[in-house]
Amino acid sequence: MDRIPILRMGAFLLVTIQVDLYDRLALTLESDLVQMVNKTGAKGVLIDISAVSIVDSFMGRIIGNIASMSRILDAATVVVGMQPAVAITLIELGLPLKGVHTALDMEKGMNLLKSMIHIPQEDDDQDLTTDDSIAE
Amino acid sequence: MTTKTSLLMILSLSKDNIQIVREQDSVFLKNRVKEVAVKIKMGLVNQTRLITAASELVRNMLRYANGGNCLIEIVSSGKINGVRLTFSDKGPGIPDITAAMRDGFSTGKSLGLGLPGTKRLVNEFEIKSKVGEGTQVTILKWANG
Repeated sequence: MDRIPILRMGAFLLVTIQVDLYDRLALTLESDLVQMVNKTGAKGVLIDISAVSIVDSFMGRIIGNIASMSRILDAATVVVGMQPAVAITLIELGLPLKGVHTALDMEKGMNLLKSMIHIPQEDDDQDLTTDDSIAE
Repeated sequence: MTTKTSLLMILSLSKDNIQIVREQDSVFLKNRVKEVAVKIKMGLVNQTRLITAASELVRNMLRYANGGNCLIEIVSSGKINGVRLTFSDKGPGIPDITAAMRDGFSTGKSLGLGLPGTKRLVNEFEIKSKVGEGTQVTILKWANG
């Protein structure tokens, strides 16, 4: 069966959708991704849909589902690279993708993800340094 | 919805019939619709609207009627060209079309955006359904409409 690969990069999971999605493929991605978040303890999920020319109500719902499920598992989701025509179509269709973070491209998406999980990391660092100084 | 006079004046320039039985057929159908839309120089946003509408209707056909048939036509009203898609199935039919056309209404587990959303994406939309016999949905998108 066809599968969309999920890559791990540090605390993030990267998904680049390069093929035309059909329903079962999208559903498989949803369950694979949620399981990967759980297994790897990823803090963020970046989904690149720049090669996707069509997002209909079903796929829009899957994207929303992935974001909601990841949020429950303590991971943020950012969708990047949506084509303008897809954005127009989604809104006209009546699917505003509420609750899904988006960015224009991969780089901006990465920065957004980093900023979203930045604060707890900094806290960890500070805790470590204070611990160290106490130890010294 | 559609006026009958406008439909009568529309000439069909080419016809292509596609059987839909499996989910993967929808990918093939979308590619064919894309080819036809590019052929009549439809703009990218309209292409996307049309293919998205087709995607919604194919899903309905597969989910509720186990597949069916899609007729792809290039049509002309004289001045402008467009793509007309006719989805026919021999499924259970829709008992209450008015309800089915309402946003948020669904008998399945979907969001209920399929039919009303599709109507918003195309220029002309016509639905005929008989309980126990099947459903036929016709959509038309003009190249620059």
